[in-house]
Amino acid sequence: MSSLKYFTNGLLKENPTFVLVLGTCPTLAVTTAAFNGIGMGLATTFVLVFSNMFIAMLKNYIPDKVRIAAFIVIIATFVTIVDLLMKAYVPDIYKTLGIFIPLIVVNCIILGRAEAFAQKNEVKSSILDGLGMGLGFTLAITLMGSIREILGSGSIFNIPILAENSKTILLFILPPGAFFTFGYMIAIFNRFKAKYKF
Amino acid sequence: MDLINIIILALIVNNVILVQFMGICPFLGVSNKVSTSIGMGAAVVFVMALANFVTYFIQFYILVPLHIEFMQTISFIFVIAFLVQVVEIILKKSAPALYQALGIYLPLITTNCAVLGIAILAVQKNYNLIQSVVYASAIAVGFTLAMILMAGIREQMELTGYPKGMKGFPISLVTAGLLSLAFMGFSGLVK
Repeated sequence: MSSLKYFTNGLLKENPTFVLVLGTCPTLAVTTAAFNGIGMGLATTFVLVFSNMFIAMLKNYIPDKVRIAAFIVIIATFVTIVDLLMKAYVPDIYKTLGIFIPLIVVNCIILGRAEAFAQKNEVKSSILDGLGMGLGFTLAITLMGSIREILGSGSIFNIPILAENSKTILLFILPPGAFFTFGYMIAIFNRFKAKYKF
Repeated sequence: MDLINIIILALIVNNVILVQFMGICPFLGVSNKVSTSIGMGAAVVFVMALANFVTYFIQFYILVPLHIEFMQTISFIFVIAFLVQVVEIILKKSAPALYQALGIYLPLITTNCAVLGIAILAVQKNYNLIQSVVYASAIAVGFTLAMILMAGIREQMELTGYPKGMKGFPISLVTAGLLSLAFMGFSGLVK
């Protein structure tokens, strides 16, 4: 497999959100607006790339028996870095994402990639895998955030697209809307996947 | 009165799965049968109450006096992973029957984001020790409630016809959405 394939794998074929259905908690919780999706996605991508890189570098030094604990410490370190960086530079997004920033540490995508990919592969391909998976996740939750924002508040990226005073479906930015949107998006994604066989 | 407020809020109004979106992975993965949902729920109640008890001491007797609050995420997740292991070992030795019932669910709990999330939220809400443990227990019972409801619906759904494309995750998510809609009805219950 050429190195580019490691990257594109996460974008579509093994998209962590729609195909592997991992990291569902942030997918449902923070996608009330498109910007939140981008913020969460990029924060996760940062952690994913660096944790994949460090785990691939240290894989020969970590004893097999304590590897999960070691992975969690590595991941938690980068989550703390992201947490502090976002608090300092993007306080608005930090406030909206709230509890879900420290919870990146238990996002199954990251531990899943560490276990399934980074500990078996070299550094370069692990970084590419992390980047592909992270961006696949970012794209997916930004798309979901956009749909919910359009239907729920009549705007996209905070730019209103409907005439003033027009009615929106408030349900879509409330918790039930998250479940409905995500459910139908997986169904549509599966349909396309079956049709075009990617 | 205060404690009752916390319980009702945590159990129904802000249900951890259906309103706060934490612990979705076991919710979608494990809730196929009512019996397994009860097992998973019991394990979660136990670990969450214990985790909040221990993390309270870590936060206010180690992290705050030493001014290293930024270590919260790392220390909490480590403590939770450690606790789960200890609970597993203790149960195996002292209560084999309980271990038989809960054993397979215990390792899954480390990656249940609700445990870490609720421990952090309890610190953010400035709860004292009793409030924190009560809060965690109520949240965990709310988690179990949602799991059992979902499992009951899923058992019925096996016998029902629905579009082929909706099989698996999509139909579960839409069902969870309807459940969440029902839980929104409780939102005016407590001020």
